[in-house]
Amino acid sequence: MGLSTSILLTIALAPLVGCLLAGFLGKFIGRAGSHTVTILGVAISCALAFYVLYQLTLGGAPVYNQNLYTWFQIGHFSASVGFMVDRLTAMMLVVVSFVSLLVHLYTIGYMSDDPGYKRFFAYISLFTFSMFMLVMSNNFMQLFFGWEAVGLVSYLLIGFWYKKPTAIFANLKAFLVNRVGDFGFLLGIAGVLYFLGTMDYTTAFAAAPSLVGKTLQITANTHWDAATVVCICLFIGAMGKSAQVPLHVWLPDSMEGPTPISALIHAATMVTAGIFMVARMSPLFELSQTALSFIMVIGATTALFTGMIGIVQNDIKRVIAYSTLSQLGYMTVALGVSAYTGAVYHLMTHAFFKALLFLGAGSVIIAMHHEQDMRYMGGLGKHMKVTCFTMWIGSLALCGVPFFSGFYSKDAIIEAVGESHRWGAHYAYLCVLAGAFVTGLYTFRQMYLTFHGKERFTVVEHHGHAQLDDHHDHHEPGVLEHAPHESPWVVTVPLVLLAIPSLLVGFFTVGPMLFGNWFGNAIHIDEANNVMAEVGKDFHGAMALALEGFGQPPFFLVLAAFVITTYIYLFNPAMAGKIKSALKPLWTVLDNKYWVDNVYFAVFARGGVKLGQGFWKVADAGLIDGVMVNGSVSVVHRIAATVRRLQSGYLYHYAFAMIVGLIVLLGGYWLIGSGVAGQ
Amino acid sequence: MITLSHYIVLGAILFCIAVAGLFINRKNVIVLLMSIELMLLAVNTNFVAFSRFLGDVSGQVFVFFILTVAAAEAAIGLAILVLLFRNRSTINISDIDSMKG
Repeated sequence: MGLSTSILLTIALAPLVGCLLAGFLGKFIGRAGSHTVTILGVAISCALAFYVLYQLTLGGAPVYNQNLYTWFQIGHFSASVGFMVDRLTAMMLVVVSFVSLLVHLYTIGYMSDDPGYKRFFAYISLFTFSMFMLVMSNNFMQLFFGWEAVGLVSYLLIGFWYKKPTAIFANLKAFLVNRVGDFGFLLGIAGVLYFLGTMDYTTAFAAAPSLVGKTLQITANTHWDAATVVCICLFIGAMGKSAQVPLHVWLPDSMEGPTPISALIHAATMVTAGIFMVARMSPLFELSQTALSFIMVIGATTALFTGMIGIVQNDIKRVIAYSTLSQLGYMTVALGVSAYTGAVYHLMTHAFFKALLFLGAGSVIIAMHHEQDMRYMGGLGKHMKVTCFTMWIGSLALCGVPFFSGFYSKDAIIEAVGESHRWGAHYAYLCVLAGAFVTGLYTFRQMYLTFHGKERFTVVEHHGHAQLDDHHDHHEPGVLEHAPHESPWVVTVPLVLLAIPSLLVGFFTVGPMLFGNWFGNAIHIDEANNVMAEVGKDFHGAMALALEGFGQPPFFLVLAAFVITTYIYLFNPAMAGKIKSALKPLWTVLDNKYWVDNVYFAVFARGGVKLGQGFWKVADAGLIDGVMVNGSVSVVHRIAATVRRLQSGYLYHYAFAMIVGLIVLLGGYWLIGSGVAGQ
Repeated sequence: MITLSHYIVLGAILFCIAVAGLFINRKNVIVLLMSIELMLLAVNTNFVAFSRFLGDVSGQVFVFFILTVAAAEAAIGLAILVLLFRNRSTINISDIDSMKG
């Protein structure tokens, strides 16, 4: 039995309906009404997404690919709205809807006393709809629509607290940096249309081999390989959306938004859209070794160097943000070595454990009354056992400890990079291995600073709740009005529900999904590039792989990181300061995030302002206003001022002028007349 | 023998006197009106002379029209002059320059 169109439409539209109801009728249905309709919408989608996955996996349904609506048609080119649902899409649908549902649920607790409660639910439902449109699309046009729509919602949600200047700065930054990526993406789509003449995935991928040997003349006398140009342009889009170096700067700042969206958008789903896109377009990317090498180097750089920044961050959310960057780097590396399944698999496991970590961090932030600085935490483990326990599961999964889901995906990526012989693979292998160590360092540091060790906050009992209405007012750091306590069930239940897949999903799915050609035709890999097959040769079941993992270098590195951080943060807290002063230059470099932000600000932001001012002063004020508008006025003015002197006001001057004029006219007439007569 | 050209020269002389009166006179608006009358008379002289020379009476009929119009014009001009004097207490041309730019 095939998939039915109505089910797929319901998946996409249910969150949209929820969004519209909560957004436009929020006043009438109230807070409870808003969260009920949006959660209901997403719950329907989630249930149907699981059903679709079941149909495609066990029900034997064929791939669904159908245009549902023609948006517009120009000549031979038509833009349609259509769905293509294969196993890759189904997996994304399940991940997105599941995480989205839990985040909706969690939001009830996290945003309970926020005045923008209904708006928030409308936004996250809109996001869910956009993400569904993105992953279910069967053509580049709709992909781009979804791509921009999730970007828009991301913008709206980063700036959710729109009275906070830092949030406004962050959302503008995210929007602008994404614009750079989207420009490349649009060029890539244009390239696809130019060379392959179609926007439809299946047609375009079928025609993809015709790209080989075609060249593109960008400047005179340079011939660029068409496939490489198109793929790199498309990947620049992914770099923006998935925050790869050098377009990574927006993601850490996006933590200004509320925590639930950091979990949903900036960790689990939207930022992985780039990874999904590249995996989806594997038939194109397989054509260009150069583009894949480029992707691999970018990904490896991101994986290691952004992770290192995470070690020196003090804001609990920022640590996780840098960890997200680093993990996105891992996924990108996997794409670069043609291990698309590894990338997508890590995307899935990462969605679970990173959403878990973010939601856990949110739970900590609630307990700390919106204090995010880890220097004022510590010892929270005994106050909030569920959060602490689930976050440990998430952290171990993030570090890739065997048996946890993160292990299977991350280990596969590291091994695939090791197997690859592509240009730059050695560099990438070093980066991902070192990255494993760095991951351990920042993760365990964060866990110890937050949940263990000495309590670095004080509790002062206040009885007047003057500040209750305004949580974002900064009271003195590290001073709490109540002892921290475990969050309500709407917060902890999502944590537990995310901890389960973080722990188990890898063990049960690694065989078929990673090594069993589960994705079928959704992902295309050239035989020559198939590193996953090489890795899969030694695969003898999830249990054996995990046991083997205990003897592999990544595990030793994580263990080393664990030992180091345990010693520093549990037994010898003074050590941290000593190491910091011993490695002062390195610390300075990391604390300033390699000065990338500063350079961008100086060059692009200041440069842009300077350029704008130049245009304003020279072109607008000088040329248009000065020369063209005021210039013509002043010319007329000057002529008039001269001519005005002729008007003496005396009658006899006018009379004289009239007579002289008459004489001149008559005389001229007479002269010409006699001249004509004389001929 | 007085020929046509004598009359035409007379007309021209009258006209030139009138123009000179317009230009040279800087004091009195009444003199301006008189100069205009003189111009009309110069024209009339020409009309009558040509009428007699060509044997066509319509020129002389035209002179009557011009005289009538000149009379009306003189009346209106004097009326304007009276009003001008009443408003500005002067008929000195040098003082009347409100059209100066």
